[in-house]
Amino acid sequence: MSELWPELIGAVGLVAVLAYAILAGADFGGGVWDLLATGRRADAHRRAIAEAMGPVWEANHVWLIFVIVLLFTCFPGAYAALSVAFFVPFHLILAGVVLRGASFVFRAHGREAVATPSSWGRVFGIASTITPVLLGACLGAISTGNIRVQGGVVSAGSTLAWLRPFPLVTGLLALAVCAYLAAVYLTIETEGEREVQEDFRRRALRVWCIAGALSVAALLLAAVEAPRLWGELTAAPAGTALVFGALLAPASAAAMWRRRYGIARVLAVGQVVVLLAGWALAQWPYIIYPDVSLHGAAAPEATLRAVAFTLPFGLGLLLPSLWLLFTVFKGRNPALPGGTITEPGP
Amino acid sequence: MDTLTAARLQMEVSLGFHMIFAAVGMAMPLMMLIAEGRYLRTGDTEALRLAQTWAKVTAVLFAIGAVSGTALSFELGLLWPRFMAFAGPLIGTAFALEGYAFFIEAIFLGLYLYGWKRLSPRAHWLCGVPVAVSGALSGILVVSANAWMQSPVGFKLGPDGMPVDVDPVAALFNPAWPYMAAHSTISTYQAVGFAAAGVYAWALLRNRAPWRRHYNRLAVLISMSLGLVAALLQPFVGDLLAKRAHLAQPAKLAAMEGQFRTERGAPLRLGGLPDPATGETRWAIEIPRALSILATGDPQGEVQGLEAFPRDQWPNVVITHLAFQVMVGAGVAMIGVGLWFLWAWWRGRPARATTSGAGRGLLAGAGVDWASRRWLLWGLVLASPLGFLALQAGWIVTEVGRQPWIIYRVMRTSEAVTPAAEVGSSLAAFVLLYTGLTVALVALLRRLARTTDSPEAGSPEAGRPATKEGAAGIPVRA
Repeated sequence: MSELWPELIGAVGLVAVLAYAILAGADFGGGVWDLLATGRRADAHRRAIAEAMGPVWEANHVWLIFVIVLLFTCFPGAYAALSVAFFVPFHLILAGVVLRGASFVFRAHGREAVATPSSWGRVFGIASTITPVLLGACLGAISTGNIRVQGGVVSAGSTLAWLRPFPLVTGLLALAVCAYLAAVYLTIETEGEREVQEDFRRRALRVWCIAGALSVAALLLAAVEAPRLWGELTAAPAGTALVFGALLAPASAAAMWRRRYGIARVLAVGQVVVLLAGWALAQWPYIIYPDVSLHGAAAPEATLRAVAFTLPFGLGLLLPSLWLLFTVFKGRNPALPGGTITEPGP
Repeated sequence: MDTLTAARLQMEVSLGFHMIFAAVGMAMPLMMLIAEGRYLRTGDTEALRLAQTWAKVTAVLFAIGAVSGTALSFELGLLWPRFMAFAGPLIGTAFALEGYAFFIEAIFLGLYLYGWKRLSPRAHWLCGVPVAVSGALSGILVVSANAWMQSPVGFKLGPDGMPVDVDPVAALFNPAWPYMAAHSTISTYQAVGFAAAGVYAWALLRNRAPWRRHYNRLAVLISMSLGLVAALLQPFVGDLLAKRAHLAQPAKLAAMEGQFRTERGAPLRLGGLPDPATGETRWAIEIPRALSILATGDPQGEVQGLEAFPRDQWPNVVITHLAFQVMVGAGVAMIGVGLWFLWAWWRGRPARATTSGAGRGLLAGAGVDWASRRWLLWGLVLASPLGFLALQAGWIVTEVGRQPWIIYRVMRTSEAVTPAAEVGSSLAAFVLLYTGLTVALVALLRRLARTTDSPEAGSPEAGRPATKEGAAGIPVRA
């Protein structure tokens, strides 16, 4: 049992990455649609996005902090190596994270109306677009084998690993997935605003096609640039996840096509979960292929145990709180008779 | 600029920037709870308006604190990868626990900020409680990590220079933590209380909006009650911390005090400029034996000077000493202004009908209302930045005073720094980014202040959103 601590914490880390992707990913996607909002209903789009994100984006963002804390506490060697290899993209991600959050609150709480295009609005949109590409590229780069760590020292060529075609395509794929999730969620948020809802439905279907093309491209590039990942993805068990994902993806698009928004949301989330879990299965047992493994980078057992013991306590507080947050803001508003959350205030 | 200097500067800029917002995220929710609580008890709509303004300020500043805190969690590794590879398993538990607290704070802040219409008044107020509590807790917990860098425990050094026999619980409860956590937590309430009081004192002074007098008075009262209590507690905690430094980090205490020679009956130096070349601290006002009394409790107690340590283990004496003087000076000034406010408030209490004739006189009040004492208001305005000044200066004392060590007597800062060549560029980028954000933020806060400055804003209906974008604005409950 004792040797399974790294796996346990690794699984918790994966769950946190999934939560970040499903929740904060959609917030990034919201920024993308804010940037791309055009036409007569552009204002309505921006308003719907801001209202959907407002109460929840900060809580969603904390999952990233949680992932980083788990990484440096429980796999400090991996964190140190990634910090050196990704010095440039991590700094760019930080600039993106800081600018996105700052511009969102500056716009929301300044007197600028959310809807009219503003300079803070553009900063928000651009930062929301660039950050997921960089995050996706870093995730792709650790599977390629181009980051080498010998005796705790990151070799010189590793700092460019994220700039190769495969990581760049996984970065774009991450962006497309964020935009897809956001559009799917927004069809539910805009219930009652028929035209806006239709706009997001069309956008969801369009970006679904782009995401599909990028997935195929990423898979083909993996065969060349990340041969081990490709090998794992084309065999059980990661391959099973891949097949499962390949079935879920068209199903969620079909539900969107038929305006079954609730079902489409569940399937879209499932699709992202399967995609990331499949990647994690293929990547296992490495954090950075081929030199840093889950066990090789693990902190002493006492630390892993201490963190594991905080989990029931932490999650025991966290999950009911999150449930409350999403029930209050993502359910029907009890203050408005028969209303939904997008209905104007009384 | 060499990588080490650039990395230290980037850390200082990032931490100094984050600290301001973290402090606001800890203290402001308590102030907004007090204001909303007053509205719930008395029906005072001005108190409600105050709570709503402070909620907006909290919303903006908490968000900046959250994202700049995220930046720090990456920068720890980006700038100090060897330190984190060593210390991550030891200080990580503090960060993990802080993570939960921060999560709770973010969740309930979302409920509080956007829930004015969706929650009952009582439920809404209750949602603010976890924000204030977990805000304070996350600050307390994260300081454990820094305290461990000052008093590293819970491990043995292995043959490869890495820690073995790791005990993360011992590291979490390291001996410096309670003192540092108390000192820094109190300082956040002090900084935010005095800063806010100054803003509203300025509004009272200008009196451009006489219809806002009650609102501004209330704001000063709430901020100053917090700031004054904190300012009065701080010297006691600070004294404990200095006594601890005397035992655990004598080189830091020597640098703080500009004490070069080891001596019995050491004087306390106020001001002055230490000169490491000659080993003298010139132009200081010296209070005989006071340092020995403060550090050891004995007028003849021995205080180690910097000469007791190899030269390459000295912190930067000039910076540490001057920053310490700034912190103590600001702290004393805040106590003075705080007590002045207390006296004026006491004198200005409306006379009660029930007060017997014998009770009248000095204690019975009926004097000038404190809000009409212009000199006092000027004092509050001038004291406004002192709390944050002391907060920043205090961090410089503790961080620069620990140098050249990143982990005291275990790892030097120079050993921990990243091999990356681009630190100069990332430093420039972060300075630019944070400067830009600061400018934008000041403009935004001024705008937020103006929204409550017009007579229309005095009516409870004015806070209502005209359109549905008002989900981000905060309507007043009817």
